[in-house]
Amino acid sequence: MTKNLLTSAVFAGVAAGLIAALLQFVFVIPALLEGELFETGARVHFGANGSPESDRGSPGLGTEWARHAMTMGFNVVTYVGFGFLLLAAMAFAEMRGLTTITPKQGIIWGLAGFIAIQLAPAIGLPPELPGTPAAEIGPRQMWWLGTLVASSLGLWIIAFGRGFTALGGIVLLLIPHIIGAPHLDAFWGVAPPELSAEFVTLSLGAAAAGWSTLGFLCAWFWTKEL
Amino acid sequence: MNAQNNTAAQTKAIARTDLSVLPIAFAVLGGLMLLFASGYAQASVLHDAAHDQRHAMAFPCH
Repeated sequence: MTKNLLTSAVFAGVAAGLIAALLQFVFVIPALLEGELFETGARVHFGANGSPESDRGSPGLGTEWARHAMTMGFNVVTYVGFGFLLLAAMAFAEMRGLTTITPKQGIIWGLAGFIAIQLAPAIGLPPELPGTPAAEIGPRQMWWLGTLVASSLGLWIIAFGRGFTALGGIVLLLIPHIIGAPHLDAFWGVAPPELSAEFVTLSLGAAAAGWSTLGFLCAWFWTKEL
Repeated sequence: MNAQNNTAAQTKAIARTDLSVLPIAFAVLGGLMLLFASGYAQASVLHDAAHDQRHAMAFPCH
């Protein structure tokens, strides 16, 4: 059974990681590379002439194939990691007799993973477009980790808690945001706010698609008759 | 035939509900190790290679 659980997570993670990477190359990385033009000063928004106007348009993926191969590789590593955790949670729920996993239900699990691991931390720490400086990495990682742990537990309690204990899940979801994520005392961003906003929504959209695919595939590989 | 299918399905369900804690713990450990490498470790070689993916995945990067 170990083999089934782990190999299912690997197959699902590799497939979902490749799909997520494809979505990122089409939608997210072009915006990221456009942000880098402002980070390096190749383009200047809020220019010295008193006008905030600057050209719009992504430079495209270019020819940095090694760099993009790394991005694809790390997407696969990340999604296999997510797959291990997601399938462990599914298996644990089934072992405790809380539910019976089906592929369609897997989509819901995947979306719950998206909410806990991507959306909840992004509410406090939006995905960073290059050229938008943020607070020290240490405290941000602490808050990020705390938020995804609290949010995962919160969703679990809402899903499987009995009676009023579900309310405890809502409290867990809220606490990180009441504490608040670490931020700088001033705004330092050199990229256009519109581009930064687009980058955030595009990356969250790609992650939502990646996670629901992952949830479906984890459940499908794990439950299918071999 | 039908009965056979039912038995097979039952065996499968039992086999799956019979999952012990060990493989689950193993999966959790494996997942955490992979995510530490892809999203959390600050070693500069790892950071540079994973840079775009971390930005795109909303991991705190640098």
